[in-house]
Amino acid sequence: MTHSSTPISQKEQAPVHSQAERKARNATLRGRFGLVFYVVLLLLPIYWLVNMSFKTNTEILSGLSFFPADFTLENYAKIFSDSTWYMGYLNSILYVSMNMVISLLVALPAAYAFSRYKFIGDKHMFFWLLSNRMAPPAVFLLPFFQLYSSVGLFDTHIAVALAHCIFTVPLAVWILEGFMSGVPREIDETAYIDGYSFPKFFVRIFIPLIRSGIGVTAFFCFMFSWVELLLARTLTSVDAKPIAAIMTRTVSASGMDWGLLAAAGVLTILPGMLVIYFVRNHVAKGFALGRV
Amino acid sequence: MQTKVENNKAWFLVMPVFLIVAFSAIIPLMTVVNYSVQDIFDPYTRYFVGTEWFKQVMLDSRLHEALLRQFLYSFTILAIEVPLGICVALMMPTKGRGASLALILVAIPLLIPWNVVGTIWQIFGRADIGLFGAFMNGLGMDYNYSSNPTDAWFTVVLMDVWHWTPLIALLCYSGLRAIPEVYYQAARIDQASRWAVFRYIQLPKLANVLVIGMLLRFMDSFMIYTEPFVLTGGGPGSSTTFLSQSLVQQAIGQFDLGPAAAFSLVYFLIILLVCWVFYTTIMNMQKDK
Repeated sequence: MTHSSTPISQKEQAPVHSQAERKARNATLRGRFGLVFYVVLLLLPIYWLVNMSFKTNTEILSGLSFFPADFTLENYAKIFSDSTWYMGYLNSILYVSMNMVISLLVALPAAYAFSRYKFIGDKHMFFWLLSNRMAPPAVFLLPFFQLYSSVGLFDTHIAVALAHCIFTVPLAVWILEGFMSGVPREIDETAYIDGYSFPKFFVRIFIPLIRSGIGVTAFFCFMFSWVELLLARTLTSVDAKPIAAIMTRTVSASGMDWGLLAAAGVLTILPGMLVIYFVRNHVAKGFALGRV
Repeated sequence: MQTKVENNKAWFLVMPVFLIVAFSAIIPLMTVVNYSVQDIFDPYTRYFVGTEWFKQVMLDSRLHEALLRQFLYSFTILAIEVPLGICVALMMPTKGRGASLALILVAIPLLIPWNVVGTIWQIFGRADIGLFGAFMNGLGMDYNYSSNPTDAWFTVVLMDVWHWTPLIALLCYSGLRAIPEVYYQAARIDQASRWAVFRYIQLPKLANVLVIGMLLRFMDSFMIYTEPFVLTGGGPGSSTTFLSQSLVQQAIGQFDLGPAAAFSLVYFLIILLVCWVFYTTIMNMQKDK
């Protein structure tokens, strides 16, 4: 009796169980398929750029192909051998790094103040910072140009770095404030009781605690300064010209140098792709101004 | 919120931020205000004109068109990006190496310099050397983004969807990950359908991040400049000229400082208004938490 009833109950249960399971598995499978489809579409334009950067101009113009038939590194060689080209990358990296350092240095104490203290006008100040992140650069274009010209900073790296501060500093404050609010206040109080002064506590104890937050913030300052072109182009002419502005040089009398343009484009994508791995779990937080 | 200590000395900590942002924000803003009420011929000949430029800007039909185009554009991309982003987020795996890989791959468009985004689509959309352009023509459509306004619009919208849907997807993904497993177990016991799970468990939990995502997208698309500039240059005609671009044309192309400054202020006020709504909303959401 028991011997025969077990298979029956299994038979009764098995289809129900497996049906639900199959349904779930199908849903996941559909999801995976959809995701792969989306990612392929997402990467296709980038792939096309990479593909083109390895082709000669004659091949590019002679027809479409998914792989370079005449694989060449000439376009990259041209960029790395011409100082007007590679200086563009150095200029970009230079002002982006300056911006990153300035933003972090000023944002760290401010974010601490916002996360720990109540003071007159704190909410207005926080809002005002945000409103700068949202200000369209086009509005400030001309005044920026005149301001930096009049103080003699036009066409210097520091000018672009300072101009970019208008949106990276608010971003840094907002992200850091989010990370700092996650650190229990008891730590501060204990440190003060133990006789730490504020600067000593801040550097020795607090900063190591939010190390990852600082890394994420640095990445996003880097990123937002790196992708911006309008201000960087307006504030520079020769010495500090960013790579993004130099790319327009590929238009010449003899037509577009597509291969070179593609190679230059690929090289601007690389820095972001190299560091995204380290902040992958905080990407959303950074792009949402630390409010996720 | 209640545990914060009242201490006005905190202002010393905020001072550096205030100074550095004020240098880059308040001085230029005051310059703009200054321009907006004067007629400037050269640095030494200028007249006070009061609100004349503001009147002119308010009645300028080109700006009305640009504003209309801008709103149409912002709402179009929101209508596409938000549902698409939610779908992508729902499809992304939650555990293991696949999750990291998916996160990184999806985030890539966000890390590309904006003018390179324009360049990528400029190449990709061309019929002679671009895959997308060739594909569209292969389907029998006479697709050409540089001469046909509809195609130009389509390409600009597609580019933005390609560029920024990942942002919505990433925000929703992090929102979805914050839902405790217990909720799903309860739903399974109740034999809730996939739709019911989405409608009554996932969507309410996504509300927070969606508000942030939508408002960020709205603001950023409202000040879009570089991508359409590289792709279409605002053309054909002025069919893809958005607010920022018409402002730059006026201020730098024609050097009409007064009207451009008045326009800037109106533009900035619109942004500030939306920004305030944004701020109040997310601050209230955090209070509820």
